[in-house]
Amino acid sequence: MSDGAVLSEHVREEIDRWKARFPEGKQRSAVISALHAVQHENHGHLTVEQLNAVAEYLELPTIQVYEVATFYSMFETKPVGRHNISICTNVSCMLRGADELVDHVEKKLGIGLGESTADGRIYLKREEECLAACCGAPMMMVDHKYHENLTTDEVDSILDGLD
Amino acid sequence: MSDDIVNIEVNGETVQARKGQMLIEATDKVGAYVPRFCYHEKLSIAANCRMCLVEVEKAPKPLPACATPVSEGMKVFTRSPKAISAQKATMEFLLINHPLDCPICDQGGECELQDLSIGFGSDVSRYSERKRVVQDKSLGSLVSTDMTRCIHCTRCVRFGEEISGIPELGTCGRGENVKISTFIEKSIDHELSANIIDLCPVGALNSKPYRFSARAWEMEQRATIAPHDCVGSNIYAHVLRGKIKRVVPRTNEAINETWISDRDRFSYEGIYSSDRLLTPRIKRNGEWQDIQWDEALQELAAQLQKSAGGDTGVLASPSSTLEEFYLLARLAEKLGTANIDHRLRQQDFSDQKNDPVFPWLGCSIADVEDQNAILVVGSNLRKEAPILAHRVRKAALGGAAVSFLNTEVYPYFFSTDQYLKNTDLVAELASVAVAAAKVSGKPLPATVRDLCASAVSNAAQEATAKALLDADKGLVFSGLLANRHVAYAAIRQLVAAIAELTESSFGNLSEGANSAGACLAGVLPHRGIAGKVKDQTGASADQLIDAAAQAVILFNVEPDKDLSTDAVAKLADKKCVAAFTPFVSAALEESATLLLPIGTFAETSGTYVNVEGRWQSVAGVASPLGDSRPGWKVLRVLGNLLEVDGFEYVSSEDIRDELEQQLGASKETRTYKANGSAAKVGKGAAVQDVPIYQIDAVVRRAGALQRTPEALRSESGEAK
Repeated sequence: MSDGAVLSEHVREEIDRWKARFPEGKQRSAVISALHAVQHENHGHLTVEQLNAVAEYLELPTIQVYEVATFYSMFETKPVGRHNISICTNVSCMLRGADELVDHVEKKLGIGLGESTADGRIYLKREEECLAACCGAPMMMVDHKYHENLTTDEVDSILDGLD
Repeated sequence: MSDDIVNIEVNGETVQARKGQMLIEATDKVGAYVPRFCYHEKLSIAANCRMCLVEVEKAPKPLPACATPVSEGMKVFTRSPKAISAQKATMEFLLINHPLDCPICDQGGECELQDLSIGFGSDVSRYSERKRVVQDKSLGSLVSTDMTRCIHCTRCVRFGEEISGIPELGTCGRGENVKISTFIEKSIDHELSANIIDLCPVGALNSKPYRFSARAWEMEQRATIAPHDCVGSNIYAHVLRGKIKRVVPRTNEAINETWISDRDRFSYEGIYSSDRLLTPRIKRNGEWQDIQWDEALQELAAQLQKSAGGDTGVLASPSSTLEEFYLLARLAEKLGTANIDHRLRQQDFSDQKNDPVFPWLGCSIADVEDQNAILVVGSNLRKEAPILAHRVRKAALGGAAVSFLNTEVYPYFFSTDQYLKNTDLVAELASVAVAAAKVSGKPLPATVRDLCASAVSNAAQEATAKALLDADKGLVFSGLLANRHVAYAAIRQLVAAIAELTESSFGNLSEGANSAGACLAGVLPHRGIAGKVKDQTGASADQLIDAAAQAVILFNVEPDKDLSTDAVAKLADKKCVAAFTPFVSAALEESATLLLPIGTFAETSGTYVNVEGRWQSVAGVASPLGDSRPGWKVLRVLGNLLEVDGFEYVSSEDIRDELEQQLGASKETRTYKANGSAAKVGKGAAVQDVPIYQIDAVVRRAGALQRTPEALRSESGEAK
């Protein structure tokens, strides 16, 4: 398999840019950034083919790329909805009603945590650990953007506003 | 020196340790056992099982002994209440998700987790939630998996990264969902991969062929030698009621360290193949009949006596024992024939008069990893001698410039210095010799001047020669592809010349487990016992079947697989072909007139001389099947019938001692000296790469090995 077919020109440039930041032979350090770049272009998830291509491009054993892709919750290895919703359920948010928010969103969307809506619009991420916005609890992250001090009404309007 | 030593105190006892050493090495040295799962002395330190927590004075928390370097004045307590409580707590966590399936687990009885849970586990679990279940992976035909049992020590992962060089396994997922995995199902595909079975401290990775067939405590552990390559790895056979159930490595730092190749581990399956010959058989009027041993041997003796000396020939497998070789050589002497050989796959014998008394590597096996530069010529090393390939890899990882010179590129999992690829090995070597002369400023030795007449060197060849010349310790050795090459004589002279010019050691690999033994015992057409030059040179292996008009003895040889393609038809025309063999096959039935069942390597005592000249004697470890008998005993009886003097050996040790006495100083003579210029290139295939799992009759019948991706690839003719 040639990496050219799987990784876009832009992704390869991006990987090269990250690779150059690390010493020679330490290209393993660039795996996370490489996977972010690939995932970004692939509707929020990674395929085995792409993982292999990244490994080949960085001259790493494929398993070392699989390890990273499966370890971090930011990487998805199965197709997901286009909007990525993470509701923080850690201590501060939990005390401020995160569990009710989760229940509300699950009912509203008709999906459980870790699932995507049938129309492919929204992906509800499973159990997000603390996102470091405790003073704005409860909070959720929508496509890398933080929304804090939430109520169910505010959540509704945010979700309804997504295309 | 004194700067490197620190004094620490272990449980009140003063201990000296080397600076930078980890605590666990110091505590092990004084016998203060610290429990551990992830620590292994041959692997890097992971410190992820946390079982080896110990108390260190002034440290606020217990520290992992495997990852805490010693420092002056450190006071360590391995059995204090704090240490024990930390170890017990770790054990409680490890047991949370571990299934209680010891009664059906193959590891039961030899399980590190089971052992340590006796010492550190609690009788009752406080954990009442559901246990984790992990789906098993299919890792191919050699390793079985029960991944629910895994405790994530990552020894198998580190083995892949550090020892085999192919990281095949990894830890996928996180937290409670961590799995040791190949992510997508992939078979483990490396010639040393099954060592992860021994590394796994629990029952997650086990031997697939052995699965559910015995319990550890029922078996006897018997020491023997693996007879499939010239390394002579030390192994233990685990034997139940006379039958080998599995094979595990026997640690020998000088040879195989703690590893063995998959070939050595799983070949025992071949011993119990349905092809085993269980009684002597004779072909009468084209029909095979079972007969008694005494009748069979009397028949053979009569036939041999009828055949004039030169009309008889002997071909023996290079993996036979030294004792068998010696008796064969003595029988041939008595029969008055010099047609005896073990070099079954060699094609070029033109320079055999200059052979050393026996072949060797040029340095000891352990020394290979200390070389600064190595050039390997004509060898698919990973398949020919996996353990030696591992030593070469260690040398490369240690900074040695390792180069290869081959007809094709065989992959290695380290960075090679130069890879000289040329379908014409002789031309490429001639250029390297010219390069060596150029960089060393010395003239080419006279022996290779003709061969190098038109050779010109390029930059890669000069870099190779320069690396060898600059190295404190350089080694040039040729492999089995060179041995089997049609221009072996020229190759050997050139390799020797390169070694001489670059002041490197020179050596070569040899076929089978015991080519060295065969040479010492005189299973050669031009040399007798103890390397004595024969008055009249007999036919070498390639000519032998033609030369021996009447009778041929095949010892552990399968004519269709070990000899040339037309051997079966030629043998079928002989009056008497006696096959001493553990197995029967269509080709043997067609070519032989007499089939004599002898034991495999496991069923006979004997001695193997490995590629560094080390003699290793072992006892038989398994009961012979059917009426088969150890080869040396059959030969002894045959010798008695032929009235050979002094053939009253009681044990194989008697035979070995008698040979050793005759050898005297020649036991040490192993240096090749080029003499006269090399012969012309002969006819035949230039390169014969025998697939790793086709090397001898036992391996060819080992079921699990034959189902590996490696075997399937070679069957379908794909490149290695």
